[in-house]
Amino acid sequence: MTDAHAPALRFEGLGVEYRVKGQSWQVLEDINLEIPRGESYGLVGESGCGKSTAAFAALRYLPRNGSVNHGRVLIDGQDVYGLNSVALRRLRRVSVAMVYQDAGRALNPSIRIGQQVQEVFELAGAPRTEWAGQVEDILDRVRISDPRRVMERYPHQLSGGMQQRVAIAMAIASNPTLLVLDEPTTGLDATVEAEVLDLISQLRRELSTSILFISHNLGVIARMCDRVGVLYAGRLVEEARAGDVFLHPRHPYTAGLLRCLPKAGRSKAVAPLATIPGFLPVPGAVVPGCIFSSRCMLADHLCRTKDPEFQAIGDRLSKCHYPDRIPELSVGVDALPVAPAGNHTGQPVLQLRNVSKTFGVGDHQVRAVRAIDLDLGIGETLGVVGESGSGKTTLARTILGLIRPDPGSTITFAGVPVAADMAGRSRAQIKAIQIIFQNPDSALNRSHSVRRMIGRTIDVLIGLRGPAREERIKYLTRSVRLTERHLTALPRQLSGGLKQRVAIARAFASDPQILICDEPTSALDVSVQAAILNLLAELQTTKQVSYILISHDLGVVRYLSDRIAVLYLGQLMELGTAEQVFSGPHHPYTEALLSSVPTIDGGDEGRVKLVGEIPSAARLPKGCVFHTRCPRKLPSICEAAEPPLIALEVGHVVRCHISANQLPRRT
Amino acid sequence: MNDADGIPAPADASEQPSTGWRRELGRLFGSGAFVVGASIVFFWVGCAIFGPSLVPYDPFADDLMNSLMPPSGAHWFGTDQLGRDVFSRVIVGARDILTVAPLATLLSTILGTALGLTMGYFGGWIDELLSRLVDAVLALPTVIVALLALTAVGTSTVTVLLVIAFTFAPIIARTVRAAVLSERNLDYVAAAELRRDSRLYILFVEILPNVIPPILVESTVRLGYAIFTVATLSFIGFGIQPPSPDWGLSISSNYGLIGGGFWWTVLFDGGAIASLVIGINLMADGIESALND
Amino acid sequence: MVKRILLALVTLWLLSVLVFAAGRMLPGNVGRAMLGPFADQAAVDVLNREMGTDRPILVQYGEWIAGLVTGDLGMSYAYRAPVAPFLGEALANSAKLSLVAFLMVVPLGILGGIIAALYRGRATDRIISVTGLSATVVPEFVSGIVLILTFGVWLRWFPISATWPDGAGILTQIHYLILPSIPLVLILFGYIARMARAGMIEALDAEYTRTAILKGLSFPQVIWRHVLRNALLPTISVIATQTVYLIGGLVVIEILFHYQGIGSLIYTAANKKDFPMLQAGVMAVGALFAVTTLIADLLYARLNPRIRFGLGQ
Repeated sequence: MTDAHAPALRFEGLGVEYRVKGQSWQVLEDINLEIPRGESYGLVGESGCGKSTAAFAALRYLPRNGSVNHGRVLIDGQDVYGLNSVALRRLRRVSVAMVYQDAGRALNPSIRIGQQVQEVFELAGAPRTEWAGQVEDILDRVRISDPRRVMERYPHQLSGGMQQRVAIAMAIASNPTLLVLDEPTTGLDATVEAEVLDLISQLRRELSTSILFISHNLGVIARMCDRVGVLYAGRLVEEARAGDVFLHPRHPYTAGLLRCLPKAGRSKAVAPLATIPGFLPVPGAVVPGCIFSSRCMLADHLCRTKDPEFQAIGDRLSKCHYPDRIPELSVGVDALPVAPAGNHTGQPVLQLRNVSKTFGVGDHQVRAVRAIDLDLGIGETLGVVGESGSGKTTLARTILGLIRPDPGSTITFAGVPVAADMAGRSRAQIKAIQIIFQNPDSALNRSHSVRRMIGRTIDVLIGLRGPAREERIKYLTRSVRLTERHLTALPRQLSGGLKQRVAIARAFASDPQILICDEPTSALDVSVQAAILNLLAELQTTKQVSYILISHDLGVVRYLSDRIAVLYLGQLMELGTAEQVFSGPHHPYTEALLSSVPTIDGGDEGRVKLVGEIPSAARLPKGCVFHTRCPRKLPSICEAAEPPLIALEVGHVVRCHISANQLPRRT
Repeated sequence: MNDADGIPAPADASEQPSTGWRRELGRLFGSGAFVVGASIVFFWVGCAIFGPSLVPYDPFADDLMNSLMPPSGAHWFGTDQLGRDVFSRVIVGARDILTVAPLATLLSTILGTALGLTMGYFGGWIDELLSRLVDAVLALPTVIVALLALTAVGTSTVTVLLVIAFTFAPIIARTVRAAVLSERNLDYVAAAELRRDSRLYILFVEILPNVIPPILVESTVRLGYAIFTVATLSFIGFGIQPPSPDWGLSISSNYGLIGGGFWWTVLFDGGAIASLVIGINLMADGIESALND
Repeated sequence: MVKRILLALVTLWLLSVLVFAAGRMLPGNVGRAMLGPFADQAAVDVLNREMGTDRPILVQYGEWIAGLVTGDLGMSYAYRAPVAPFLGEALANSAKLSLVAFLMVVPLGILGGIIAALYRGRATDRIISVTGLSATVVPEFVSGIVLILTFGVWLRWFPISATWPDGAGILTQIHYLILPSIPLVLILFGYIARMARAGMIEALDAEYTRTAILKGLSFPQVIWRHVLRNALLPTISVIATQTVYLIGGLVVIEILFHYQGIGSLIYTAANKKDFPMLQAGVMAVGALFAVTTLIADLLYARLNPRIRFGLGQ
């Protein structure tokens, strides 16, 4: 039945529809693609484009209301939808396996790891006596250092990275011809993500498995895949070798996505980010011409009336009438700098001295933030980067007064020390320090209208009444590019980007001098992210506000920040201008963090690889907190003594024992 | 070029389709269970209000010559020991229970919501203390609490009402507390704190509207149980007192006769109670599923 | 765990205060209340002295609590005899009745919930859910009377009283207890089935179930190995907390079927204003609830590795 020469996976005119309340939505339409044996194929697109549906359609595991209504799916030459249940189970046992986002939920919480992995061998028909040994081998293969101990564990006792390794182990245990990876590293910390990606690349070389890799992250796809397909609104709009797609896109959507990315060299001081105007059409919308025409700068009469073929240009494919005109698109970007670099000289608007926060959890002391000193200049953006457990969110909440810092910490605003607790601060101080939260769904009250949310801040903190109040609401709405129509809307009637704009308008309502942006775009797609970042940069210029930008995304931090602070386990590891931090000499941790980010234009030669897991803040390592993972650890001293912050240049400090001229720099 | 998702507004933001409540109402009446339940409840509410002026016989009038007559054209549901018309008594019997139970539920909802909001929002020792009290009350079935209280202060409708209100309030409080705890961690509460809104404002204006759906469901379920409890207490003689034609009370005074085959003296009252509680529960179920998807 | 036991004790203590206060809320004094308004004042005083109800309230409370802890439950006003033996017998009888009900309803309810979840959204599910939902809210005396009429009076399959003749064997006893236990079964069925269904659906929709299916396990294997255990854990706590409602139902069932259990003991004591008996009965119910909840918590923790091994590390 299976054909050893057939491609690992083949979609032939695949169409998938969902039925919701009697209505049908065509979420995938006429998808044709092929993954030859041993090749790795990336499917990329923004949320709602149908990429996960494609993955599950391949395994014939659609939600109860979803069905394939056109075309075929072939794995190993077998028509997946023509199999009976026995054959389908055999296919899933031997030929295809899947790994998805959040392994914590993919593993059964009440079964030991060993037993869960063992099931795969059991199903493959291995003799019972060999199971335990096989489990050990496969866990060893995914670089789990102590397989016997891990086998005895339950999933919740493992870290996110470990859980994902176990999930990968289960997937490759049967040595499948096709491995489907659906956002396998989304939600993991950058350094952990890099490790998992390394593991997948190594396994690919060892196993010659074909891979369907699904991700919203262009950088990850660029690093992991041979060929790339770009999905837009349920249609494949472009396909080519990975290098070609990212260097010379042949579809305006791909080109647009690439130009939205805040990548190396892009900064608010140079130019605003490009954006893709308009909205993703609702699934199943009947568009007379090209599905992308309403958002395309090249669209003409032909595009609006005739749907383009998915045509071949050499060894690549594009669903565009004018694939050769794509380079024209980049010309249109206005090159005016949107925001001047903020200034750090002169009197800082905010000073943190010796700010610490210790939480008591049971009988543990969790030192979330340790003795942080930072200054923030007027109109300046200070980027704060760090992985989970770095204390960046605790620090933000401490500055706001939502969390009371340990005694001995001082926060000075405009030269005056402020009370630790919000209750002790003056109205002027409260007005001056505000925040944009990460997730607008949580930050906006779902039963209040936009007008009410913005208006309340004006009532309480500004005290305007009547027409003046209304005028201010309208002004704020306009300044975040919302219209007055949106004022009566409830949050659920708005898209993610619009909701974040409402949150921004509300944060600006009190005319703050310091705005903490806590992962302001991490819940958004790249094209929406670009628009929000542009907006933040523009508002900063017009209002002379200082930002503290917290993000795990180095691209975002680099685009917006004047200076950058790197935190690790509650400690400041490095602080300097964006330029200093990015080009070095920098702290070994910063080096690892920078090199762990997969970029669309970078190979991964010379990558710094970290091993081990981020220690718990409840049990900090002795000496330098980073020594357990540091690839440049010096013998003895790093484990014994905590390094002091050492100034390398003016305004550039690093907490490391390594002497300044030995510290790594970016070449 | 600065607004990828700003202008034009998406269809769902500009058209302003039906607001929340209207959408949910539409879904409610699309649910079969809710419509059936609501019809039954509506019927009994009608009986309670207009029953006395509609029934064929005076439900209180004895007619000893015609006692214990089986159902017939003259007496659709037969007559009881004292010759009273069972049909008329069943219709009018809706009155007392449909006064006491909803009032008790209303009171318990108000009390429970206040309690739950306090526990959930303030947390700490206040929550700990109130939780212990709630646990203590919930450690006993309502019927037993009622027996204790009614023995202590004497039987009266007001006591029944208060006992139900006080024993149901902790249950509602638990629901509200859980809902508030999950709201409390959302950032809109932090945002309100950051403009130094008062705790009362945050509690009642920010949080309360978002916890109304679970309160609504829980109090509808409680209404069913309030009817259950009033009927049960009347049946054991601690609830509504004679000469009311209340259903539980009627069954209590007639069930000794069922050995003799006089089934009609209890079965219709039983059916009335069953249909009312089932009707309310179907409504609760309908509301819950309308709010949840 | 120690904390849980302490909390249960605090709850019981609060309960004892409430129960004791209820016994002292009577207008006038205990002796007067018992002997009625026309009794001779001297007789009332004698009775009060005999029962110790003329002493300061805190002293009385202290003695009552001390008695409860040491097993001395006081003297019944109505029987002028110690409360403990009555209570013991009543609890034993009620335990038999509840056991019969539990043995029927737990498997039935869980099975009903599992089947409903497996046929989610289809007719089978609707029938089980609506039936369960409806059965749960119909008062026990209503279903009890229908059962008595049908199976006791018309069909004559079961006796209409639950009290078996002296010296009856276990099978006869069960025969007598089946009819009275059905109303309790009806009440609990809906709860248990609903919880089991919700747990099943959550587990069926969970990503680990998807993992199991995509591994190539057959559907029965998926259910048996991966779904059931996670699905039924929450149901355990529900079953425990429902025991307390079961006891509430016992009052009515025991009256209706003339059975000497804890429910009818409390009912009789309430009718006769026999406070020592009433208070002891109520405290017994409270203690029972505290103990079952504690056992359920322990069991839940035992079966749930997340709690057994602590969350995180």
